[in-house]
Amino acid sequence: MRTSYGELYTGRLYLAAMMIFTVMPFLSIFLTALHPSGSLPSGLEWPSTPQWGNFLEAFRVAEMNTLVFSSSLIVLGVVPVSLIIATMAGFGIGLLQVPGARVLLLLFVFGLTLPFEGIVIPLYYLAREMGLLNTRLAIILPLIGLFMPFGVFWMRAHFAGMPSEITESAQVDGAGPWGLFWRIHVPLARAPIASLAILLSIWTWNQFLLALVLVEDPTQRTMAGALGAFQGHYATDIPLLCAGTIVILLPTFLVFIVLQRQLIAALLQGSLKG
Amino acid sequence: MGQTGAPMNRSSGAAAPPSRLERRTLRSWRVRRQRFRGWLFVLPALLMYGVFVLQPLFLTIQYSFYSWDGITAATWVGFSNYARVFTDADLLGTIFNSFRLLVFFSLLPVGLGLVTASLMHRVAADRFGSIARSVIFLPQVIPLVAAGIIWRWLLSLPGLVNQVLDWFGLGGIARAWLGDFDTALPAVGMIGVWVLLGFCTVLLQTGMAKINPELYEAARLDGAGWWAELRAVTIPGIRYELGVCLTVTAIAALAAFDIVYVSTGGGPGRATSVPGIKIYIEAFLQRRVGLASALAVVLMCLVLAVILPIQRLSRETSE
Repeated sequence: MRTSYGELYTGRLYLAAMMIFTVMPFLSIFLTALHPSGSLPSGLEWPSTPQWGNFLEAFRVAEMNTLVFSSSLIVLGVVPVSLIIATMAGFGIGLLQVPGARVLLLLFVFGLTLPFEGIVIPLYYLAREMGLLNTRLAIILPLIGLFMPFGVFWMRAHFAGMPSEITESAQVDGAGPWGLFWRIHVPLARAPIASLAILLSIWTWNQFLLALVLVEDPTQRTMAGALGAFQGHYATDIPLLCAGTIVILLPTFLVFIVLQRQLIAALLQGSLKG
Repeated sequence: MGQTGAPMNRSSGAAAPPSRLERRTLRSWRVRRQRFRGWLFVLPALLMYGVFVLQPLFLTIQYSFYSWDGITAATWVGFSNYARVFTDADLLGTIFNSFRLLVFFSLLPVGLGLVTASLMHRVAADRFGSIARSVIFLPQVIPLVAAGIIWRWLLSLPGLVNQVLDWFGLGGIARAWLGDFDTALPAVGMIGVWVLLGFCTVLLQTGMAKINPELYEAARLDGAGWWAELRAVTIPGIRYELGVCLTVTAIAALAAFDIVYVSTGGGPGRATSVPGIKIYIEAFLQRRVGLASALAVVLMCLVLAVILPIQRLSRETSE
């Protein structure tokens, strides 16, 4: 039953190579970021005097405080609302079996295949009409809508799998759908709601196209949108660009290290249900 | 997906008990009233989805039949925007490019992911494997924009890629990979491999973990090596996960925008121009809203045309 040593080592060697392939790019921009601002080092080179100040400089010119604040505002605008209305809809479709539940589900699932490019043009003109252009609401409102297919699908899968005894015993106690939802089913759905919260937060944080099109001021954008603008300004100053990229990635890295297990699990379940 | 059938059975089961007619109508009336009240739960989500996704979707289709600069009055042009999408080399080229990207964003990560996952399953079911998994997954959580910026530097003339080639004595083929007409698209594709490999690996690995270990034992007793085991046991066992992987990566390939925008902007020339980039340029820089919308509609149909067969295939065979 044991795999041979030869196979063991070639296999592990391959895995190690894959890990290097993944990590090297990060190492390269980290080392590059330590070179004097404005210089042009080569890909992997330890600087003669590491310029740790580059990170502070990038923090300052990228206006990190403002960026974290702005992205957090957008996440706070998108995620709680999305969670509540997606959970409610998942409950209505998956558990209450509203008339037309199958058609509704199909309608939402169709949205899973929709590329953002397909609707971004009218979104621009809609935002302009509503006077939302260049405000965070122009990103927040469409994102809530765009997250509904996945959110509803995700929560429906949970509610459709709930044993009906729970619902029936609560109905005997005289609970209406509203009480049933808030008092019985939301507490039971804490795990899938938490995973959904993680996913939606990352996707909001990393959203680029909507930010690029709908909001001109980088300090009002998501993190990814701001990073795009930062690259536009400092494309020629490679060390500073690398330092800025690392600084902007730092919050994501920290979250990944703390939550990596839940995060991987959430992303996987997410795509398997989809 | 196995869940889809379950709720139907449950509701028909609830109506089945052979109670007297009176009780039954009373009950079904109450149930029905409750079910209609259930619509109130769905309404907010449907409203947001309708206003910010379905409405724009219909508007995109509507725009695609007009010639419009976004400011002055639009004029009806029928199908001529579509005719242009399919005849103009600039626009049609983006569709060809997106199919070429499909190879890099979809087939390569899924293939490599399959190899990586099966090796993890076979030779690294320990701490080493779980570390490898976390590390390889990392690019999946960073913004695609960041991946684009990082690789733009790596693939540049003094970047890491050329340096590594030099270490291996291949300095002769060093070049600015993203600036060269022949290599720009494969180079952009490599960024996709880097981003998507971890996702595919981890997803396929969870599929393998569900395969009955006895099947592997039987295969190994028969003396099956890694390759035979992969073909006979693993791949049939993870058809569903493979389908999911192909679907997700195919959408990422056809709808690619962030990586291309940041790393090449579609250049050099139109070597890496994909529909997403062209839609952005036409709609927001050239102000040809109708033409951009027609391309967007074509892109959406393309996505459906590619993923529906994958879905059907993976579902049929997994039953």
